[in-house]
Amino acid sequence: MPLFEALRLALHTLRTQKLKSGFSLLGVFVGVTSLIGSCSIANGVNRYMTEKFAQTIFGVNTFQLRQRPVFTPNVPDSVWRSWRRRPRIRFSDAKAITEALTVPVITAWQSSDNVSVTFGNKEARDIELTAASERYFEIRNLRIATGRPFTSQENRSGVPVAVLGDAVAKRLFVDRPPLAHSVRIGGIPYRVVGVVEHQGSLMGFPLDRFVVVPALSPAQNLVNPPGILDAFFVKAGSEVEMHDAMEQAEGIMRSRRHLRPQQDNNFVLDTSEGVQRFWAGINRILMTVMPGVVIVSLVIGGIVIMNIMLMAVAERTREIGLRKSLGARRRDILRQFLAESTTIATVGATFGIIAGIGLTILINAVSPLPASVSPSSVVVAVIMGTGVGVLAGVYPATRAARLDPITALRQE
Amino acid sequence: MSNVQLFRTGDTPLPDVIILTHKLTREYDMGSELVRALRGVSVQIQRNEYVAVMGPSGSGKSTLMNLIGCLDTPTSGEYWLNGQKVSDLADDELARIRNKEIGFVFQTFNLLPRADALHNVELPLIYAGMSARGRRERAAHALQRVGLGDRMDHKPNELSGGQRQRVAIARALVNEPSILLADEPTGNLDSTTSTEIMGVFAELHRQGQTVVMVTHEQDIAANAARVITLRDGLVATDQARAA
Ligand SMILES: Nc1ncnc2c1ncn2[C@@H]1O[C@H](COP(=O)(O)OP(=O)(O)OP(=O)(O)O)[C@@H](O)[C@H]1O
Ligand SMILES: [Mg+2]
Repeated sequence: MPLFEALRLALHTLRTQKLKSGFSLLGVFVGVTSLIGSCSIANGVNRYMTEKFAQTIFGVNTFQLRQRPVFTPNVPDSVWRSWRRRPRIRFSDAKAITEALTVPVITAWQSSDNVSVTFGNKEARDIELTAASERYFEIRNLRIATGRPFTSQENRSGVPVAVLGDAVAKRLFVDRPPLAHSVRIGGIPYRVVGVVEHQGSLMGFPLDRFVVVPALSPAQNLVNPPGILDAFFVKAGSEVEMHDAMEQAEGIMRSRRHLRPQQDNNFVLDTSEGVQRFWAGINRILMTVMPGVVIVSLVIGGIVIMNIMLMAVAERTREIGLRKSLGARRRDILRQFLAESTTIATVGATFGIIAGIGLTILINAVSPLPASVSPSSVVVAVIMGTGVGVLAGVYPATRAARLDPITALRQE
Repeated sequence: MSNVQLFRTGDTPLPDVIILTHKLTREYDMGSELVRALRGVSVQIQRNEYVAVMGPSGSGKSTLMNLIGCLDTPTSGEYWLNGQKVSDLADDELARIRNKEIGFVFQTFNLLPRADALHNVELPLIYAGMSARGRRERAAHALQRVGLGDRMDHKPNELSGGQRQRVAIARALVNEPSILLADEPTGNLDSTTSTEIMGVFAELHRQGQTVVMVTHEQDIAANAARVITLRDGLVATDQARAA
């Protein structure tokens, strides 16, 4: 029996046994879709973490001089306590570094704490108050939607002006323009000079609930003791320059703190690399676990298909017996079933690819994850999906094809 | 029928002997017991004979027919079909024999339920490797021969029992087999329809077809020119009917 004849028979069966074929098709479809979809999500999480997350917290080519790292997953208590005992970063440290650096950089001071901000009888609670210097906006990539950032003049003189995060402006002013009104931060009136563009959220954390005020303005007492900083930001023009600046800053800090060569730093120069390394680790786990999950789902899908095939196998066994009694050889039977399940698997895989890509586009549209289809996941999905589909379809047939025609025909 | 005794292991049947079984046995190993369905059956059937096989239930009629139809393989003994010893052929060769030499009509019709009459009749031609167009012509012709020229696109469940059996006969005939085998072809039919089907068989026999048919009923067997009776897996009687 030529191949196209087998294909014709297969199509005939698919047409006449729509339900069974539909279920098998669904099995392959779900397997392929979930594989492509989950790889896309993994990709998206990965890019989200390395690009957006890291850069939102740190900025590009930027490092922070801090008492302890920003991002501290799984740190034992003892380490944490030793970090807390370290000296804090002082205004004077920041000034000394700014003066001594030979690399062109821009810098900003930053101290933050949570406060309430009020306007009239409206109150926004749990707002991150950041006392910063004027380049902070630039370094953190905070674009101003209306108004302006505060100036270096205002920063140096400690003028009580405030730039609001989008959520704070909406909460306090609803639809009214907030500019030139005064909000109260810790009881001190601050004139609103600008509102930052909507940022959205990061892993579910809202990014718009903040107020930025000049580092030397009166509210500085709310965030840190006098002369103390949470972080000193340094942004260089390139990665190489950033590393140069980091080396210089490290030397300056060590000498200011009189550290001997064998002593460890009692401060950190934190970059997005730490976060990225952490996420690379997570991603590696994700990438080893995910295929397992997907393989399990495909195997389950395969078992479902095989069960459906086996359920229908009494009927199919009689059919196989009949065909054999009419002169079909074992290989004719196998060819027919191969063509049948290959067709099912191919159609299922094709729809699966389309749905997987569609899912990726959907995730891109409705979530912040920059999900993207990885070609290798498509290849793997197609090979596995069709492989499982074909095996699940052919295996029951090989068993039936080995029987004597009369034994197969007698099957109840 | 004296030539039955003349055949010995190692011999070759005479040219016009189309079916020859020699000490054919078929045993079923049921674990606890051994069922000896056939215990050494030797029969010879000539070209263009019309033979009825009779005997009580469980005497081995179906077992013998399945062996003759190459649907089953014997435990021991020889089976020669058309001058070829088929009792020790491999699976694929048996498939070819079933396809080319044998037309088998079952009591329960055994049609593909979701395929129409034409496709059902076409099946043997597919495995004979015939082109689609040639197949359709041949299948249509076979259906016309059994009087179903106007029911070709009907599914089995859209046909009466007698019509289904006619489709099955058309399918058995479509490859122009050397023998037409039928295991209680009228077992599921009422007496009028049975008579009709017997008419079809008689006509085929008249056209030169060799027919072997199992039946329980005396008046069905009366259509045949020779009756072989089995009892307990052995041939009990084998006689030509007085016409
Ligand atoms: N697949 C099988 N497994 C075990 N025993 C079997 C099998 N097929 C037939 N037999 C046994 O072989 C013997 C002969 O069976 P067979 O079907 O040939 O009888 P039969 O003459 O056709 O009977 P009936 O007139 O009822 O159709 C019986 O005892 C039966 O139980
Ligand atoms: Mg029987």
